[in-house]
This record gives sequence, C-alpha cells and structure tokens, in this order.
Amino acid sequence: MRTPHRSVLAAVAGVAVVALMAAGCGSSGSGSSSGSSKTLTASAPGITASTITIGSHQPLTGVAAPGYDEIAPAANAYFQYVNAHGGIYGRKIVYKYLNDQYDPTITSTVVHQLVLQDNVYAIFNGLGTPTHLAVVKYLNSSKVPDVFVASGCECWNAPSTYPETFGWQLDYVREGKILGNYIKQHFPGKKVGYFYQDDEFGMDGVKGLDYEIPKSQVVARESYNPTVTNIAPQVTALKAAGAQVVVSFSVPAFTALLRLNSLKLNFNPQLVVSDVGSDPITLAGLLESFAKQGGTTVQGNELTEGIITDGYLPSLGDTSNSWIKLMTMIHSKYLTKYPLDGNVAYGIAVGYTFVQAMLKAGRNPTRQDLIDAINKGMPQGVSVAPYAYSSSNHNGITGAYMAVIKNGALVPTGPVQVTDTSPTGAVTTYTGGQPAAPASGIPSP
Amino acid sequence: MTLLRHLAVAIVVAVILALISVQIGSYRDYQMAEVAAYVVAVAGLTLLIGLSGQISVGNGAFMAVGGYGGALLMIHLNWPLELVLLASVVIAAVSGAIFGVAAARLRGPYLAGATLMLAVALPTLADQYAGVFGGDQGLSVTINTPAFLGATFPPTRWLAWVTCAAALIVLVLLANLGRSRIGRSWRAVRDDEVAASLAGLNVARLQILAFVVSAACAGLGGTLLAVVTGIVAPGAYTLTLSIGLLTAAVLGGLGSLLGAVWGSLVLVLVPSYLTNVAASHGLSGAASSSIPIAAYGVVLIIVMLVFPAGIQGGLRRLFGPAAPAAAVPINVLRRRRPASEHQKEGTT
Repeated sequence: MRTPHRSVLAAVAGVAVVALMAAGCGSSGSGSSSGSSKTLTASAPGITASTITIGSHQPLTGVAAPGYDEIAPAANAYFQYVNAHGGIYGRKIVYKYLNDQYDPTITSTVVHQLVLQDNVYAIFNGLGTPTHLAVVKYLNSSKVPDVFVASGCECWNAPSTYPETFGWQLDYVREGKILGNYIKQHFPGKKVGYFYQDDEFGMDGVKGLDYEIPKSQVVARESYNPTVTNIAPQVTALKAAGAQVVVSFSVPAFTALLRLNSLKLNFNPQLVVSDVGSDPITLAGLLESFAKQGGTTVQGNELTEGIITDGYLPSLGDTSNSWIKLMTMIHSKYLTKYPLDGNVAYGIAVGYTFVQAMLKAGRNPTRQDLIDAINKGMPQGVSVAPYAYSSSNHNGITGAYMAVIKNGALVPTGPVQVTDTSPTGAVTTYTGGQPAAPASGIPSP
Repeated sequence: MTLLRHLAVAIVVAVILALISVQIGSYRDYQMAEVAAYVVAVAGLTLLIGLSGQISVGNGAFMAVGGYGGALLMIHLNWPLELVLLASVVIAAVSGAIFGVAAARLRGPYLAGATLMLAVALPTLADQYAGVFGGDQGLSVTINTPAFLGATFPPTRWLAWVTCAAALIVLVLLANLGRSRIGRSWRAVRDDEVAASLAGLNVARLQILAFVVSAACAGLGGTLLAVVTGIVAPGAYTLTLSIGLLTAAVLGGLGSLLGAVWGSLVLVLVPSYLTNVAASHGLSGAASSSIPIAAYGVVLIIVMLVFPAGIQGGLRRLFGPAAPAAAVPINVLRRRRPASEHQKEGTT
C-alpha cells in the first residue's frame, strides 16, 4: 500500500462530503354512450366504482420548488373539498403527485411509474416546460390524457401530433402580446430592454413582445440561464443601453435577482414582469431572503411596489369576488400551511378546471371521453378570459388584465384583454365578463 | 477457457432475465432497463477504480457525451439502434482518451478534482450551444419496438431486452479484460506504480487505457439511459449522477462486476421504493419528498458499516470461500498500514 491508495481514500472522502452537500441543498422547501347508465363501473384505467386516480410530476424539492411546490397541494386541497361534497358522480379523486426535482430524466421515470405501475387515468398539471417535454411523446403514444400542463409553452397546442395534451394557463406568446401592447400604448418612444429565461418560456414571451413593440424601441435583449444566479452582466448591459422600461419573462427567483441587481447599480427602470414571475407574496419573500444572504435587509413589499404585470385569474386582493371567496374558503379549510398566494390560487383554479372537464366527460368515462369533452370546448369558469379549447386548438386561457403591484397585492389597472398567437391578431378588450363561482363551489355538469 | 465460461454464464443469465421480463409488469420492465443501463456505466467505473486504482467523479459527463452523441445520430442521421450504440461507445472512448491523456499525470484527489470539473462543466455546454443540444429541455429520443414482435408487445419489455443484452455483452467483455494480461497489468500498476514500471509496464499507457474503457462504458450506459427515459437533457447529467455512479460502485464492491449490478439495483430501486413508502404513509409535502433522500443516506451508511467491502464483498464473506483472491480491490480504500502488516497483506 503506497501513497496513491491513501490519496484515493482522501478523494472518496472528499466526494462523500460533496454528495452530502448536494443532497442537503435544494430542499425547500363523451360520455354520452355510457353516461346514461346509472351504476358506476371501472370504465377506464385508473377509474373504479369509487375512485378516479390521477397523477402528476411536480418539483417538490430543488431549484424550481420555492413557490411551485404549493401548486399540487393546492389542487389536492380542492379535490379534497370536492371529495367531501359528493365527489365526481360519487367517485373520489385520488391525486398522486411525485417529485421530479425539475429534472427531465426523473420526470420520465416518475411518469412511467404513474402510468405503468399506479395505472393513473390521466396525467394532470405536470409542471415545467423542459420536464414535461420529456414525457409528452410517451403520454401521447400510450394514449394517456395529458391535461392542463402547468407551463405556458405554445408547444402543448399541437392537436394533430399531441392529441392527448392540453395547455391551461395563458400561453407566453399571448401574454407577450398583451404586455407588449400595453408598453406600446403607455410608453411610446421609451427605450425598452428585454430580460428573459433562455428557453421556450422566455423565447415564446419575446416572440409575443416582438409582435407588438416596434423593433426600433428595443435597445437590449438579455437572457439568463436558470442555473446561473449571477445576472450582474445582464443588468449592467440593460443599464448601459439606457433601458427605461425592462420587460422580464422570468421565474420568481430571477425577478427578485433582477430587482436586487438593479438596486445595487442604482438603475430604476419601470419593471414589467410576466405573471409567472410576479406573484407579490412569493417575490417579497425571495427578495428578503436573498438580501439577507447578501448581508442586508430590505422590505420586500417596498421593492415590488409599482411592478407592472398581468393576471388571468381574479386578483387575490378582490375579496368580494365570488372566486376569491371560494379560494379563501378552500385555503382556510384544507391548506393552512401555505399562505394564500398566487401559486395556491393557481392550484385551486386548475383543480377546478379538471373537475369541470371530468363532469363533462360523463358518468363512466373512457380516457377518450375526457379528450372529447375538452375538445368540444370548456365553459369559462375560474379564469377572467375564455378558453381556446377546440378539436383544432389545445391552448387554454386566452387573455388577461393588466395590473400593478401595490402594497404587496395585485391591483388590476385595465380591462381584460384577449388575443391570439398569430403575429397580426389584434389585442382586443374582452367584454364577456366572468361568470360567478357556483354557490356549492363545485361546477355543474 | 475463461471466455467460454463467461459466455455460457451470460447466456444462462440472458434466458433467466428474458423469462423474468415476461413475468413482471411493464413498470418493472422499465426499472429493469434502467438498472441495466446503470450497470454498464457502473461496471466501467468499478473497473477503473478497483483495478487501475484511478478515481473518476466525472463519469456522468461521459454518459452525457454518449447520450448526446447517440441522440444526435438518431435524430439527424436516423441511424439504427445497434449502430448508434456502437457509435456512442466510440465517441465516448475518444473523449475518454483525450481526457485520459491529461488525467494520467494526475493522482488521487487531483485526478478526482479534474474529473469533478468535467462533471460540472460539460453539461453547461448544452445550454451554450442550445441550437445543437436543445438547451435545458434537451433532445428527445424514441425507439420503436420492432414489428416482428407484434403490435401488442409492451415497449418497456423491448427496452429491457435491449439494455440487458447490452449490459451482458459489456459484462462478459469486461470480465475477460479483467482476467487478461491487461487486467493483471492494471492490478500491478494499482498496487505499486514504481514496481510496475520497473517490471517493464508502461504505466501511463495502461492508465489511459483504463480511462478509455471506463469512458466507453459510461458512454454506452448514457445512450442506453437516454433510450430508456426517452430524453437527453443537461439536468440528467449533473454532478449528482456522477456521484451516484461512484456510490453504486463503492456500495457494490469496488472492482467487482457483480458488485456493479448490486450497486445499480440499489441506485434505481431504493429511492423509488422509499418514495412510495413515504407517500403511502401520508407524509405531506416537504417531509415526504426529503425523507427518501435522507433514508437513502442512512442505507448507504449502514451498508458501508456492515459490509465495508461493498455488497459483493459482504456476500462473499457470508457465503463464499474463506479468502478469495478477488477481494483484494477494496485495498484501494484501506488506510496505509505499518510495514510489517503491509507485508502480510501482500501475500494474501
């Protein structure tokens, strides 16, 4: 035994320490044919006489977990409410969501487990663009309904190649157009800088922005990689270009980093942030914890004040809204461990939409019945704008209102606007309004 | 004839695996395919550490090289699977050779550090050249089940067959390599570099060769894993994967190919089993998602305490002959002993 062996031992010990560190961080925190029959049958995989089992992949630990880890528990809270009030035609929803750590390979494994071993009826609200892209082909070739993906990527709208897949939230192209249209009207001639995530999320958003904002007005286009937290070079470039308005297609952590880096450089442009990265409660918490790590204290709500954004669900500050009342009730009864923030509202809303679709699919639905039900169009419910669903369009919510963050809450500043995903389709005001929430809290079939 | 004996064992195992794959469910087939893909990568690593005495924390990066190489060949050139698998071996072997030339000058922790750098740096290339590698969301890989098996043949069983066949071929080749002149030379280099070179062995060339073999195995494992999961993405080839491979090699028993199989089984099955246990006990949110990670750590600690020579070493001690010569590789991890004791150990 000579020295090399001892050094190998040292190396293994060193690696073990790294492994422990790596494990330690990142923890956060048409049923018409069967519809007439009265008895409940096991009409499809995942459906028994008493239960409907659905599955999902969610980032419960890892970089994407803060905030997003509330979504599946929130949807499940709504399902518990529905189960306690008669279920779906008497069946209870069993929601099994597995942690994929926002890693596409783990997504593939857990989705295979859900489909092959747990025999789920559908994959519901799988979270993330890169993660869900890993399984979308598999789900479609296995004919498993893949409903209401938790990502606004335009890629879910491909009915001919992905007939089983449906988006839900406002897609990023539409959102980019609505934000771009607002900037064009309210900041004419001002210098605009883009800050966006370097993937389909950011690029779809920029596509929408470019459809509306004149090219000559855009002075800087800076992207970031979600695994690199040093964004000082990008913020310096935005400042150097003299951007007076900065539009940000970012996840909450990077919106907070953008704000803090700007503050450090004494750079104070008007911030316009995508809905995905602008939840005031999540943002304020992140701002305070990042500043604390950097050795200073900030008031989160002071730093979010005046950020312009958009919303496609009713504003949480609007406590007289029937939907917000419903969400508050579900939250206080089933989900007190999280604050009632945008992520919880999102989870409850998408859960509601699933129940709507299942009720439409009939008493004893096959998997195809759920697809057919959504393809026939879904009535507007919890969102402020109607759904785009049809047999030729699998996008979800089609519009949003503009809003500004005041005292840590979203305050709508304009009417609901709707648009399409084409370069020329106009952004128009939606006059249809929003139906009130059902008194029972459960959609009618 | 060692080769014939290994081949006969491999054929018997292949028949048994085929029978098992028909009996178990689709998801178990999928897990079997995952295990087989890891076996290929871990076997290469266990040979590198156990036989040649070099350590690599970067074999996840070679898996990425193989995975991306294979995916690009399938997507752009539509190569058939068997050619893609062969090509991924070649691609990863070449990159292993390039890195091995540099690594041959490094020892112990310095070599570990260099390979660590590879594991951390390489996956970010996918983001830098998103046009080629698809950025964060990676490239998707799909293989079709051959038509002669019929339309109702479960795709996951086909995956299990392909990966298990590849794993068995690799294990047979490595077992022969380990018992060949090259394998003996590696052991000589591992135990004493100076003595080995005095005996006329080209130490640097042997070390580079070991690196090439382990990189080639990692590359093939990476392509197989990509085929099984249907995707290559930078998120799959992080440092965690490299450390997972190392864990599997140490856990199974360094230098033992059967140990690579045990290690891979633990790597794939334990986290998935623990997640299910945590979920079925109704643990909520952060708790249920963190418990598998913590429990996995506990399992590792217990196995290493009970079987310091890895699972295979432990099994040998329990059931095998009293002092098998093949148990030597764990010496790599043993502390240096006083000269007198050292002398005795050398004679076992």
